[in-house]
Amino acid sequence: MQIEESPTTDGNVITNYTINFGPQHPAAHGVLRMVMELDGEVIERIDPHVGLLHRGTEKLIEQKTYLQALPYFDRLDYCSPLCQEHSYVLAIEKLLNLEVPERAQYLRVLFAELTRICNHMLNMGAHVLDVGAFTPNLWIMDLREDCMNFFERASGARMHSAWFRPGGVHQDVPEKLLVDIGDWLDNRFFQLFDDAMSLVMDNRIFKQRNVDIAVVSRDDAVAWGFSGPMIRAAGIPWDLRKSQPYDVYDRMEFDIPVGTNSDCYDRFMVRVKEVRESAKIIRQCLRDMPDGPVASTDGKVSPPKRGEMKQSMESLIHHFKLYTEGFHVPEGEVYVATESPKGEFGVYLVSDGTNKPYRCKIRPTAFSHLQAMDMMSKGHMLPDATAILGAIDVVFGECDR
Amino acid sequence: MAVQHSAPKFASNDGVIDALSESISVWVIDAQEKHGEIIFTVQRDAIEDVLRTLRDDHKYQQLMEIAGADYPDRPERFEVVYMLLSLTKNHRIMVKVSTDEAAPVPTVTTLWPNAGWLEREVFDMYGVTFAGNRDLRRILTDYGFEGHPFRKDFPMTGYTELRYSEEEKRVVYEPVELPQDMRTFDFLSPWEGSDYVLPGDEKADGAPDVDKPKVTETPADTGAGEDAEELAEKGTEAVPPDMVEVEIEQEEKGGDS
Repeated sequence: MQIEESPTTDGNVITNYTINFGPQHPAAHGVLRMVMELDGEVIERIDPHVGLLHRGTEKLIEQKTYLQALPYFDRLDYCSPLCQEHSYVLAIEKLLNLEVPERAQYLRVLFAELTRICNHMLNMGAHVLDVGAFTPNLWIMDLREDCMNFFERASGARMHSAWFRPGGVHQDVPEKLLVDIGDWLDNRFFQLFDDAMSLVMDNRIFKQRNVDIAVVSRDDAVAWGFSGPMIRAAGIPWDLRKSQPYDVYDRMEFDIPVGTNSDCYDRFMVRVKEVRESAKIIRQCLRDMPDGPVASTDGKVSPPKRGEMKQSMESLIHHFKLYTEGFHVPEGEVYVATESPKGEFGVYLVSDGTNKPYRCKIRPTAFSHLQAMDMMSKGHMLPDATAILGAIDVVFGECDR
Repeated sequence: MAVQHSAPKFASNDGVIDALSESISVWVIDAQEKHGEIIFTVQRDAIEDVLRTLRDDHKYQQLMEIAGADYPDRPERFEVVYMLLSLTKNHRIMVKVSTDEAAPVPTVTTLWPNAGWLEREVFDMYGVTFAGNRDLRRILTDYGFEGHPFRKDFPMTGYTELRYSEEEKRVVYEPVELPQDMRTFDFLSPWEGSDYVLPGDEKADGAPDVDKPKVTETPADTGAGEDAEELAEKGTEAVPPDMVEVEIEQEEKGGDS
């Protein structure tokens, strides 16, 4: 399109021009290059170039045993590591038809929800930062730090925990940790969180930047393969934790927040509400968690305790076999998807009966959402692109794999 | 087999194969249920019709994923797997087609707009082409990349590597050079050893003669080679250096340590 006689340019002709947004741009949430065609400041077309962080994770997984491949999942979406592991271990368990002890299921749900809080803290902080608010980010980043400390106390690592294992979790948590998580929710979390949110939720600038930005109709949201907060903001109460429950989610009572307007503000608010629901789930886990083993008692899949190894020859053999050969998974293929904080995170696992996955396709959440970037941004101003990206909640470790 | 795992539970699979087969039976090659997953294998050229029927008549509204897979032993080596999700029936199915390097798969971008990138990814990783996809560029690999990395015959290390060249002041691409061979272990049988040559073993000619005890009675026994033996016979004029006493003076350090 050409503006031929513009009153503001002294009759000079202005044509559309193309700019690069990224690959290194603080609001791109990673290495995203978007080739934008602009008409003045209005976005005409966006061509996102992804793959700058492509590491070939799926190919690497094919060369590793099932257990060795697990830590790759922490490194996909590094903002919600445990939720990625969740899909993978459930896929293996589905192929093995392996029973997981109840305490392990509760622990997994508890830490998946803690991960969700951790992830939303980062995303909401980054989102408000992208549209000009600074303070809330600092406050809720502090809460994220608390979550990381909990992960560290459970697994020894702050981010890359590798704590969910086929058959359960790697090791039990100390009693004091569970007490501290409950204490944190009761006495610290909501004070800071509510304070931070009170600064943005009704803030005029925040609303001006987000309300009615990137409105996506219900039909579009379904057709573009949206999931997670993106589809819920469009008013569709779809949550895999509720509709296709895994582990002990079917025993949890929680609500699914939905949006009404399907804009960036709704996406943000859905996440705000989700954090509260996550807190509810964590409290229920803490209340109902039984005692017992935290990993499958099947010695062919989960390793024996160190103490047993000192006593029993069979345990020693199991340990040796598991850490050299690994366990064999029956032939077949499954697609297992769980509700990660960003949406549906799926693993398509093909086994040929050996100790390594034949093919492990990872369905990233951001792929479908980012693809709709062009559709969502058309006709919006250039600065709105950052708000839209913030509301998508994209992380390139996962998008590019 | 009773379900013991705690993976996501969606609506029951009972009767789904029969119900769906009724309307798509002309295109179906195989339908099976295994591990709680329903998988239809259909004719390649009919994939668009199959998915349209499933979407419009059977309420599988969302295309969540398209996965490629490579089985080099098969006549048609690639599989393209479509994961469908029904939001209203709360059910998932997989639909598969197979293809080879040459035969294109009809695109489904006509049905779902998000199929575009998913097909681009399969094309990028496996080289499967999609007829009718108007934007079949590479997506995840580098600009100007050659080859399809997820094929089973593509080496894990790749063919080129890049680094920043200080002389040329730009990033240069070079063939991969490994200081040591890439080691892959299959771990399949730690007890019995493998039936193929382990990396490094190819340098030895034949198995070691274990019956003959190793001795060094004569120079020939050392195994140092003919040249070394000759030298040893001749001897050298080199003599051990005279032992000289070296006085090591330690400087006194001032101050208390």
